[in-house]
Amino acid sequence: MSQISTSDAAGAEPAVALSEVVRHFGRFAALRGITADFAPSQLYVILGDNGAGKSTLLRIVAGLLQPSRGTVSIFNSKDLRSVATRVGYMGHAPLLYDELDAMENLRYFAGLYGIHSDDICADAIRRVGLDPELTRRVGQYSQGMRQRISLARAILHDPELLLLDEPFSNVDVTSAREMASLLGRMRDAGKTIFVVTHQAMVVEPVADESVLMVSGRIAARERGIPAHLVNPFAVREVQR
Amino acid sequence: MSATAARAVAREPGLLAVTRASLAKDLRMEWRSKDAINSMLFFSLLVVVIFSFAFEPTAEESRRIAGGLIWVAFLFATVVALNQTWARELRNQVLDAYRTSPAPPAALFISKAVGNFLFVCVLEAVMTPLFIIFYNLRSIGPVYELVIVALLATWALVVNGTFFGALSIRTRNREIMLPLILFPISIPALIAMVDATTQIFTGESSPRFWMQLLAVYDLVFTLVSLSLFESVLNAE
Repeated sequence: MSQISTSDAAGAEPAVALSEVVRHFGRFAALRGITADFAPSQLYVILGDNGAGKSTLLRIVAGLLQPSRGTVSIFNSKDLRSVATRVGYMGHAPLLYDELDAMENLRYFAGLYGIHSDDICADAIRRVGLDPELTRRVGQYSQGMRQRISLARAILHDPELLLLDEPFSNVDVTSAREMASLLGRMRDAGKTIFVVTHQAMVVEPVADESVLMVSGRIAARERGIPAHLVNPFAVREVQR
Repeated sequence: MSATAARAVAREPGLLAVTRASLAKDLRMEWRSKDAINSMLFFSLLVVVIFSFAFEPTAEESRRIAGGLIWVAFLFATVVALNQTWARELRNQVLDAYRTSPAPPAALFISKAVGNFLFVCVLEAVMTPLFIIFYNLRSIGPVYELVIVALLATWALVVNGTFFGALSIRTRNREIMLPLILFPISIPALIAMVDATTQIFTGESSPRFWMQLLAVYDLVFTLVSLSLFESVLNAE
């Protein structure tokens, strides 16, 4: 079983603590006993091949999946629902309604967090570099714009813990760098951020720690992103 | 207002506020796409026309069979709407956004059930005059009783349908699965709504017993659905 202790913010209460987390899908073990602490106010980049368990780990932390065994604590609470207002999740899919425009989407999702302010929704859209006045429906957006609105939805309620699954997929390089820079600023403001990505080079300038997952286990944790992991084609060689 | 302000106001929202927001969102989306309404109307219209050609009943016969025809048509049409309801939440995995939020699960269920209730009521309002024309229907019993039966029966169909629609969203053949689960469960309500409607049309006896049965059915299934919905929503 992989046992990884907290990174250099030793002594601080972990933002996320995993204990012996196992997750099976039928007979397939997606996570194989992960024990790890993640300190607050850090930006973690989770790397690994397809099927390594990255998204499963993120979904378990988000409360979307239950671990088959083991426990997850967020901000010292095992009741993930009780900390839902402090957590933001951006999935691989955009988690938006195609039939609504950006403001209508965000207005609805803001309501789920008890927020009833158009200013907050417009501010979230501006922070991801889009115009809140856009009246086109999300279904007509490019994939990159959807990703950015999806990020706006996830940060809408200013969560302390942000979980992002492939936030840069289908986003052009300039926009992806802007998104990464926004994440860096959020980390500087004290947020804990997990980014699952295959594009380590985009988030490398702001990453505090990289977490390499291999076959449902955490194989390595390192400060920043080592050069051999920034190049995605190097990941396979490291595992070998 | 800044992000920090958002943090300051983010909190667990109330049941009523989320129900209202979710219902408004569903109505807006339906208004734009008209997916559910159009398919329900088209389907019911087909049933009315085909049955009218198949039976050609007299006025007396119409009163006896109309209850069954009407509710079978509405039951099948309701399934069309129910499939649309949850399909919207599955597209782009939007349901995950709801599940990770602090919003009460019951609010989602209530908004969906009320939304479906409104859609089916619109369908009934449009289709009932057509039934009257095609089948030459004249009710002998009081019409207000028909309205009460329609409201109770519609809620019986949608409350179960919304719940079992949610239950079947993760199954591979959910569009087939829903009627397979829903129809057997709806049999007591279907008997009650058909008999109550027939008795009002014919004026032969009081529909009170069947109306009471429908009311109890509605109450029981609403409470059961509400209490189980959170487990269904978070089922993997």
